[in-house]
Amino acid sequence: MGRAFSGTMTVMRGETRIRRPHSRATGVSGGGEPTGQPPPSGQERNPGTPLDLDLIRAIRVNRSAVERRAATLPRRRTVKKEWQAAWLLRAITCMDLTTLQGDDTPGNVLRLCAKARAPLRRDLVDALGVADLGITVGAVCVYHALVPTAVTALEGSGIPVAAVSTGFPAGLNPFPQRLEEIRASVEAGADEIDVVITRAHVLTGDWPALYEEVRAFRDACGAAHLKVILATGELATLTNVARASLAAMMGGADFIKTSTGKEPVNATLPVGIVMTRMIREYAERTGHAVGFKPAGGIRAAKSALEWLILMKEELGDAWLSAARFRLGASALLTDIERQLEHFVTGRYSAAHRQPMV
Amino acid sequence: MTTSVARIFETMEWGPAPEASGPALDWLKSHGGELGHFIGGRWVPPAAGETLEVINPATRAVLGRVAQGSKADVDAAVAAAGQAFPAWAALSGHARARYLYALAREVQKNSRLLAVLESLDNGKPIRETRDLDIPLVARHFYHHAGWAQLAATEFAGYGPIGVVGQIIPWNFPLLMLAWKVAPALAAGNTVVLKPAEFTPLSALCFAELAQRVGLPPGVFNVVTGDGRAGALLVEHPDVRKIAFTGSTEVGRIIRKKTAGSGKKLTLELGGKSPFIVFEDADLDSVVEGVVDAIWFNQGQVCCAGSRLLVQEGVAGRLVAKLRARMEKLRVGSPLDKAVDMGAIVAPVQLDRIRALVDQGRAEGAEMWQPSWACPTEGYFYPPTLFTDVSPAATIAQVEIFGPVLVSMTFRTPAEAVALANNTPYGLAASVWTENINLALDVAPKIKAGVVWINSTNLFDAAAGFGGYRESGFGREGGREGMWEYLKPEWEGGRGKGEGSESVPLAVAAKETTLPSSPSPLPPIDRTPKLFIGGKQVRPDQGYSRPVRGRDGRVLGEVGEGNRKDVRDAVEAAHAAEGWGRGAGHLRAQILYYIAENLSARSDEFAARIAAQTGATAEQGRAEVDAAIARLFSYAAWADKYDGAVHHVPIRGVTLAMHEPIGVIGIAAPDTHPLLGFVSLVAPAVAVGNTVVALPSTPYPLSATDFYAVLETSDLPDGVVNIVTGDKDALVRVLAEHLDVDAVWYCGGVDGARMVEEASAGNMKRTWVPGGRDWLDPRRAEGREFLRHATQVKNIWIPYGE
Repeated sequence: MGRAFSGTMTVMRGETRIRRPHSRATGVSGGGEPTGQPPPSGQERNPGTPLDLDLIRAIRVNRSAVERRAATLPRRRTVKKEWQAAWLLRAITCMDLTTLQGDDTPGNVLRLCAKARAPLRRDLVDALGVADLGITVGAVCVYHALVPTAVTALEGSGIPVAAVSTGFPAGLNPFPQRLEEIRASVEAGADEIDVVITRAHVLTGDWPALYEEVRAFRDACGAAHLKVILATGELATLTNVARASLAAMMGGADFIKTSTGKEPVNATLPVGIVMTRMIREYAERTGHAVGFKPAGGIRAAKSALEWLILMKEELGDAWLSAARFRLGASALLTDIERQLEHFVTGRYSAAHRQPMV
Repeated sequence: MTTSVARIFETMEWGPAPEASGPALDWLKSHGGELGHFIGGRWVPPAAGETLEVINPATRAVLGRVAQGSKADVDAAVAAAGQAFPAWAALSGHARARYLYALAREVQKNSRLLAVLESLDNGKPIRETRDLDIPLVARHFYHHAGWAQLAATEFAGYGPIGVVGQIIPWNFPLLMLAWKVAPALAAGNTVVLKPAEFTPLSALCFAELAQRVGLPPGVFNVVTGDGRAGALLVEHPDVRKIAFTGSTEVGRIIRKKTAGSGKKLTLELGGKSPFIVFEDADLDSVVEGVVDAIWFNQGQVCCAGSRLLVQEGVAGRLVAKLRARMEKLRVGSPLDKAVDMGAIVAPVQLDRIRALVDQGRAEGAEMWQPSWACPTEGYFYPPTLFTDVSPAATIAQVEIFGPVLVSMTFRTPAEAVALANNTPYGLAASVWTENINLALDVAPKIKAGVVWINSTNLFDAAAGFGGYRESGFGREGGREGMWEYLKPEWEGGRGKGEGSESVPLAVAAKETTLPSSPSPLPPIDRTPKLFIGGKQVRPDQGYSRPVRGRDGRVLGEVGEGNRKDVRDAVEAAHAAEGWGRGAGHLRAQILYYIAENLSARSDEFAARIAAQTGATAEQGRAEVDAAIARLFSYAAWADKYDGAVHHVPIRGVTLAMHEPIGVIGIAAPDTHPLLGFVSLVAPAVAVGNTVVALPSTPYPLSATDFYAVLETSDLPDGVVNIVTGDKDALVRVLAEHLDVDAVWYCGGVDGARMVEEASAGNMKRTWVPGGRDWLDPRRAEGREFLRHATQVKNIWIPYGE
């Protein structure tokens, strides 16, 4: 990552000139067909739709082509200097700062919450001239047992608390218990619930079962936002990922999320491409904007930028804020801080210079 | 800085990401901004003193000046290459491999310099030169270092051709250099390269790298300049082969100019490649495929997927997705690392694109461009999509060579194939479907040298690249590409046609009686007819020509075929094209059967040979036996001339399939009336071609006797057609025929020149296989013949679920 800022200062010999004046009418037909255009930005929640099995079954994803897109996307786009700094700040505001360990205690969750409120060293905030932006993370994500601690610690900050739920990470607890778990976390003050699906429903192609499961989770959430973790590392194929994404959105997911962080393979760009394309497809067909959350294994500032690039390219600017985009991470924040310090000082920084998460 | 970070945080816009041009400009400065030719390992100023400006098309800034090659320059370069040739050819393959390996390493060590230089000179994005062009250049030299190492064993019996003239285009300057120079040097040839006038810099930089690795002087020479320098190279008598990549128009001129010269020729020409989308395709991936197909290198790609053929039911959705994607493309400074498209290479190209787009609109197609505007200081053109395009529209037929896509719809797979093939070109195709049955059914039916399944514009040194039809001939890359720079070691220096082929004509005897017969009864007239579509037919004109024996007596008469007979024969040959789709086993059975039936009549055929040519009975017998053995050989080959699976760096397979060329016109040698005929017809039909054969002019009766053998051997009608008459007059009709795919000519130098010249009409393949001992199976049968009878189609099939 540091490489992006290294080397001699380059002299620009001709600027990229992209003028984006008024948009021209695209002359696209309507009639329920997707339009290729994102829906108007709105903050209303996705209510879900009836299950459209025909649409789900018709989806085909070509893995090689998607991987090619994934390989070239970060080569086609990059941000440097001020742009990179600004994008990294944006990444912080989209971060679900997370701890999901068996040895979590109120102590380390309190530390996490303090970091969530002030993710960046004060001197860096000032040097970047962004004090007015009030940069905080997107949410704090913990196990149910730590929800009360987090709620208390974040009181008044406006930072939502997310709880992982429904027998996280395997999701194989008795179904009534899983619903009860959601209700308990909402009761405890969680604003967002990250649920896991029954992977078997996907692997056996039982889309009605998956749909009903998500519907029930959504009902249990009430006003809390529902993030549906597909655990893509266990879904075998990208076509399964695409179909599960659609079923989850039809079931009323506010966000679809890649991974628990506990599967052998977590968030990858090919999976992200498939899921964001399904979000686009769903938005074009229904007008409902569903958010996306890659999680697991995102540790480098460079990866954060790649995910932002993916969102901007596949879904557009409307998906570049915490309302529709979250990065599930913990160690990532430290790396972003290091990069921002490098931007400010011109010197490569060290992790120990950043306040510990 | 501080306020802008906060502002950008709100807008989340793209910013500039410039690549430094300093080192590349410094390199130009190190040559004083003016570069000469690279001849004999030294920099040489232009003999005539003329120079050309080199322009950066993105800024219109002058980058420097290069030499304009004159006759003296080309002569000097060819002389240097000629001088270097014997030693270079005599080097061990291992030694040549070391040089090629060093070149590959040198390219890698200077990869960013080359990438920036290429981008400055051509206007293509640094992202492409950095990620595609230059890595592929290095890959080509590595791969061909391997062929140099293995040449002695893998190409035993073959050797280099001599001095090779190579003329490359401006769209992938250094990559096209690599595609040509690497195999040429690996095979032991020496090279004179003429880069495109718009983009000479990377070739000159490469010359410096060659100097640095100690490549022997004269092995690689560069003469810069415009088309005049290229023409001088093409016409130079000491150049033994021309390899050209560029427009079909110039390719045609080169074909005509080299006709009759004995120069070997490979041409990689234009295209209007179809990009076929079936309704079950992954449409979002298709959209990215289209981006890589037509908005790669500003669409200035010979194999660009420029004709989008979409199954009707999904056309609306795909077009909507495409337009949304186009809105997000970025056009800008090629040195910005985050642009999708850079500048068009030169104003002349920009004008051509604009004119064709205007014509497309005038002809009623609907044009769409994104709402944003291109930079104005350089030569830029926005991505453009035409819908409602009919196959009759100009923009559907001609190569635009710019970022302009035309789209059409189809209803069925058969219609998709028909539309795909509805073009004189045949370079590449892209097929998108999730149904493997459909993909593998369609791929062989498309007339194209490369077919990409669910992918596009994939290239690798291990897989051949090259066209069908008017997209040219010859392959670059892979084993198939190496053959283009080799020739059989027994072949002499020049080999212009058959040379001593001409047969002394018998003195016309006074009496023109029919052959005498031992019977007291008068002999029954036996006048062979033409053999067309499996039927014996009378010649259109109703004339016959007498056939005389060596003693001058008339042995019989044959039909005097004319152009209409040739036309009918070509139609019949096309009607029989199912022959090539059948199993090799079936073709083998029929060839064995032909041999069997010939054997049953061998005495008669031997006597006929003797009577016509004056050969002894024993010689006649030997020729018949050799013909039978030859038929056996090709029966044996019919199910054994396998293609290959190339090792390319994708998860997938690349199938190199040997496909028949189509309809081949064959002018048989005048000597060996039976064996010569069989030696050419048998390999052609063994691999699935259909044939219009013109027998020996003086000795046609062995061929006409032969059709009776064919008739009794279950050969499907139209696979072999025989037209007798004046061979050179008839072969002209074949060579000019736009629906004949290849002509093989045995005859004199003038005839060979005529055939090669006339072939330029549809860029049909030509071959002059004469000048060999037809009785020697090492020279007169086998893989060399099969290679000429087939073309390699590379089908790229990525897989993975």
